[in-house]
Amino acid sequence: MNHLASDMHKETFVLNMGPQHPATHGVLRVKLVLDGEYIVEAEPVLGYIHRMHEKMGENRTWAQFMPNTGRLDYLSALSYNHGYVAAVERAAGIEVPERAEVIRVMTVELNRISSHLLWFGAYLLDLGGFTPLLYAFDDREQILDLLESVTGSRLTYCYFRFGGLYNDIDDDFIAGLKGFVERLRSRLPMYHTLVTKNIILMKRLKDIGVVSADMCRRYGATGPVARGSGIDYDVRKNEPYSVYPEFDFDVPVYHEGDSMARYMVRMDEIEQSLRIIEQAIAKLPEGPIMAEKAPKIIKPAKGDYYHAVEAARGSFGVRLVSDGTNTPYRLKLRSPSFCNLSLFAEASQGMLVADAVAFMGSLDLVIPEIDR
Amino acid sequence: MALEQVKTELAGVESAEVVATNYGKKGFHLDVRVSPDQVVAAAEVMDRQGFFIEAVTGVDWFGEQAAIASEAKKKAEAAAKKAAEAAAAEGAEPPAPAPVAVPESGPDEMEVVYDFNHYQALCRVTVRTRVLRETPELPTISTVFPGANWHERETHDFFGIRFLGHPDLSPLLLPEDADFHPLLKDFKA
Repeated sequence: MNHLASDMHKETFVLNMGPQHPATHGVLRVKLVLDGEYIVEAEPVLGYIHRMHEKMGENRTWAQFMPNTGRLDYLSALSYNHGYVAAVERAAGIEVPERAEVIRVMTVELNRISSHLLWFGAYLLDLGGFTPLLYAFDDREQILDLLESVTGSRLTYCYFRFGGLYNDIDDDFIAGLKGFVERLRSRLPMYHTLVTKNIILMKRLKDIGVVSADMCRRYGATGPVARGSGIDYDVRKNEPYSVYPEFDFDVPVYHEGDSMARYMVRMDEIEQSLRIIEQAIAKLPEGPIMAEKAPKIIKPAKGDYYHAVEAARGSFGVRLVSDGTNTPYRLKLRSPSFCNLSLFAEASQGMLVADAVAFMGSLDLVIPEIDR
Repeated sequence: MALEQVKTELAGVESAEVVATNYGKKGFHLDVRVSPDQVVAAAEVMDRQGFFIEAVTGVDWFGEQAAIASEAKKKAEAAAKKAAEAAAAEGAEPPAPAPVAVPESGPDEMEVVYDFNHYQALCRVTVRTRVLRETPELPTISTVFPGANWHERETHDFFGIRFLGHPDLSPLLLPEDADFHPLLKDFKA
């Protein structure tokens, strides 16, 4: 070997992926140090759409912060609505009527499906398949229409209230929902034959971006990332909240830890969410959608409170510190993608650039939620 | 039971005060207070027990000490007034008003809060410590939990708390040339 060849591996160069790269979905920049096509070092650079939601929280009343929660993760905004109202309800000791809780679960699961469908389409687009996106958006459109009819918005929902909901659902919504469940059930096998069993997809995802269970733990990964690495952790099961204990559903877990495992977890979760929605329709009780005794002005007792929910990307936690007034003293938002992305630097070492795109897509990042 | 085990282990950390909280009301099981130099020891306990890190954040208790002092002053004044009135009621010559001792308000503090959680057991642990607002410094736990790296950087962005031994405290979410800390209570945009 001549001296040029032996020095070859010491010659690296820096490549910026993003912030306008189509595969980073929004404004994430990853600084890559490359040796040829192999990644020596990857450093995600955040903050391009940082809006300081936590400071905004300290400057408005508890209720006025509600619209902000729909703008963290705009793809599963209802989970974030839910996490925030549940935290404040815990702090202020507000009971929520059964009907409201069931509708919350119903709409949150619907939102989870729409989020997974968008991820599915966009991820396949990253990998070079254009058609699946069109199918996924076709189905997702139905969900947006359904949720628009009841929440009043298509994306950045602000549907829940402390002690209940803003709006009751009607028979049209239930009929539409039943139709949608049936429709998506009949379409899922097509997704699997079209995409999951595709040999090109398998070759691009299998054994790519392997994340061990221990790495998940050290970085605090949750959601499909942890469940793809064999960790049976779902806030809905492990730390039951709302009316989830009354529903019969499974938590899909895959042990391979690669991108394919994370793909399969999300595809299975769509089916489980459909199951939950069906049960919610069957058991929807009559009754009020707002707690009668819900106070107009919220003043939680002094102290700090924590509440976590299972969002589409993992565990979303809200830590509240109240000083007994009508504005939060401190409002910490623990977002799942932030922790899930933090393991990227370690896990992507030695990976090909093209594989890093497949790996990053399988983490299902939503940048506004990371940057907050 | 993970809860009992971690409780005994944490009680072994120097300076730790472990309090079991009402989970239904608060949302976490254990509230642990340690001195700033013991956070690494506490993190090591959590690591050994198989916990994962949820988040690290801060709380700025700006003005807390002044509020405590003024509260104490009010109490002392009220007590002095009461004593004087009692003396007057007995017909005695009212004693010269005793000088009310004004307690010095101590320096303000900032709190650093670490949230831990467990994948299998239902057990949330909150570890908290307090540093002086003037010199907010404490050791990093990113050596124990690499996931704490970004959380600590974020906390440094927002509060200016310096984590000693942290590999890189440059702004994570704020602009790269940011020299302000927006979550400080006396921050004005």
